[in-house]
Amino acid sequence: MTRTRRRRLMLVGGLFVGLAAATALALTAFSENILYFYQPSEIVGGQAPTHTRFRIGGLVETGSVERNNDDLLVRFTLADCEASVPVQFRGTLPDLFREGQGIVAYGQLNESGQFVADEVLAKHDENYMSPDVAEAMKDASGTSCMPSNMQAQR
Amino acid sequence: MIPEIGHFALILALGLATLQTVLPMYGIWRSRSDCLAVAAPAAIGQFVMMGIAFVALGFAFYANDFSVAYVAANSNTQLPWFYRLSAIWGAHEGSLLLWMMLLAGWSLAVALASRTLPRDVASCVLAVMGAVSVGFLLFTLFTSNPFERQFPAPMEGRDLNPLLQDPGLVVHPPMLYMGYVGFAVAFAFAITALITGRVDSAWTRWTRPWTTAAWMFLTIGVTLGSWWAYKELGWGGWWFWDPVENASFMPWLVGTALIHSLAVTEKRGIFKSWTVLLAITAFALSLLGTFLVRSGVLISVHAFATDPTRGIYILTFFAVVVGGSLLLYALRAAQFEAGREPVAALSREGLLLLNNIFLVVAAAGVLLGTLYPILADSLGMGRISVGPPYFNKVFIPLTVPLVVLIGAAAVMAWKRTRADVLRSRLWVPLIVSIVAGVALPLFTVGTTAVAAVAGCVLGCWAIVTAFEDILRRSRGRRVMLPRNVVGMALAHAGVGIFVIGVSLVSGFGGEHDVRLAPGQSTEMVGYEFTFLGTRHVDGPNFVAEIGDFIVREDGRQIAELFPSKRRYNAGGQSMTEAGIDVGITRDIYVSLGEPLSGDAWSVRIYHRPFVRWIWAGGFISALGGLIALTDKRYRRRRATADKPVATDRGLTTASA
Repeated sequence: MTRTRRRRLMLVGGLFVGLAAATALALTAFSENILYFYQPSEIVGGQAPTHTRFRIGGLVETGSVERNNDDLLVRFTLADCEASVPVQFRGTLPDLFREGQGIVAYGQLNESGQFVADEVLAKHDENYMSPDVAEAMKDASGTSCMPSNMQAQR
Repeated sequence: MIPEIGHFALILALGLATLQTVLPMYGIWRSRSDCLAVAAPAAIGQFVMMGIAFVALGFAFYANDFSVAYVAANSNTQLPWFYRLSAIWGAHEGSLLLWMMLLAGWSLAVALASRTLPRDVASCVLAVMGAVSVGFLLFTLFTSNPFERQFPAPMEGRDLNPLLQDPGLVVHPPMLYMGYVGFAVAFAFAITALITGRVDSAWTRWTRPWTTAAWMFLTIGVTLGSWWAYKELGWGGWWFWDPVENASFMPWLVGTALIHSLAVTEKRGIFKSWTVLLAITAFALSLLGTFLVRSGVLISVHAFATDPTRGIYILTFFAVVVGGSLLLYALRAAQFEAGREPVAALSREGLLLLNNIFLVVAAAGVLLGTLYPILADSLGMGRISVGPPYFNKVFIPLTVPLVVLIGAAAVMAWKRTRADVLRSRLWVPLIVSIVAGVALPLFTVGTTAVAAVAGCVLGCWAIVTAFEDILRRSRGRRVMLPRNVVGMALAHAGVGIFVIGVSLVSGFGGEHDVRLAPGQSTEMVGYEFTFLGTRHVDGPNFVAEIGDFIVREDGRQIAELFPSKRRYNAGGQSMTEAGIDVGITRDIYVSLGEPLSGDAWSVRIYHRPFVRWIWAGGFISALGGLIALTDKRYRRRRATADKPVATDRGLTTASA
């Protein structure tokens, strides 16, 4: 084997090892950090895991928002066409959070079936509906059960 | 009338761009210099037409012409004039117009500056830029015309999205787009190289300043984006690995790799096909960024389904541009590699090779995390999202060695450097940065946590080695240092400053949500916040509740902050404007959540140590780019470039 060949082989080997390391790094980071989306009826149906962080989306049910007077605990229920899930969150809610608004929250289910959110997102403007929420708000036949004034306009 | 003029100007621009593309290409094919000569005047004409269109849309916004559908959707009579003008690029159609306007601007600059380039090269570059312009113009005219009328015209516009009513909108998109579009020049030079088959030192000397300019604008744009996201509650802070942020960051990573690889190609005449490939990739990612953010794919793959013409056009255009360039690359790039000289590990080109590998792998990691959810969704594999921890886990291990390598940048010589030279020059900066890196977090934030110290040592390493180089070189020198040396040192020091900012703000920022009634106080990291109450204020297009907070440190008042909660008249949306006390070593940030029972509010308080360093680092790096850009040799050689360059020191040493 000539010197250049050996060098080239080492280069290719080095590249291969580097690439493998980077791929391994990316894949482990990937599998640990993918968040799945569940909608309220799936959670009520027991399909969602407990003690694993995931996303939930739905409409904030009108009249369901309760605040504690002495701290920042907020409770509300998130609903799709068939079911609703109680959610609790401690902190500052985003500007666009209100009853009847579609939101997405990140967090975990606790033993009593409550969703403990650590982050609540209600981005964009009031006409916008997160695609996940819009999808969640369809019944089995695929028609939306959202109040008509809340239908996504974009 | 004015919108029709704008529309007509766009159509004329399309005609001129077509001429700018077709005739010079024919000229190159048939070696006809009369056809080649069309490129520059066509580019100038296209710029004029695009300028008319842009001004026409600006006028429609300024004059509140709500018969133009785009204006009606994104403006309002109550909107202040500077936001009305910035609303031009507040949504899809107008951003495309801004994009094309800037592309025409870059083409104009190339046309004016390239009189001294060989005519076939200059014309070919302009032809490629013209082709990109044709693609965008067709897209705009057929699917996203900003001048479309609607009758009857509404009395009032729907208002610009309140999230966008911020000084950030005025400056961030134009800078970012200047960067994106600037890579079109590098791309056009790369395609020209593939067509003419020449990647010589004249080519790299020409490509380098344009690439550096684009990189500088992109750096400013990304930095401004980070600053804007930080101010906006609910955008996740200074960096959140949001797909929109990633879309601007990927071209930056590859563009940075391109700048470094161009240096090797110029000085040593190697890495030629790699440089060309990077130029193509940087522009492809810029296109991807533009489309990802503006087409609605990020919000939902189903945005494609609701408006299939746009989606299909975008995919086709992207496939033609990227696929076409890669095909050309596959056919023609093999001829570039002449020398088979091995690259020594301990040499500047070896160092830059490593730099390129890390940057490109990092960009690939970001690309994977950004596109995977879109792919998974469109393949029906479930709705998932990839969170910031993924990006941190992939990105940080890849960038740490990159910053370590920065330290060797100045010391390492071309071809080969002896290890003892490296050792003898680097041990002093190493000790200085260890001392400074331990002292900095200890005396400011008061910590010896490993991550913070390691980050600070790393940051100081980049800064100290950059300045050591400048000091050593200017010792005993009468004349000024070459601008590109100073530029490189500044850009690298900027990275160091950025790294220090990131390590301290992510490790030691505190935040705190609390309920406060007027007169109540709360404490965080030694600061006492007293809420005095809110008052009601009417703004130009909103009403606001403005809170009044006194911040005390050791009983002494250091700041009074006025965070506000606005409610916009047009859409009824509410928006939070934070009250921020800016400091070199820390920001204090108060924002109003929502009104609770009584006069109490939920209040969010942040302490962000060294957060300003993040943006200071970005701007200093961009300044380094600007200084490198004004280097004499680009101008001097520009004057002599029409004569064939007989000798080039970089190349002759390489072949000697």
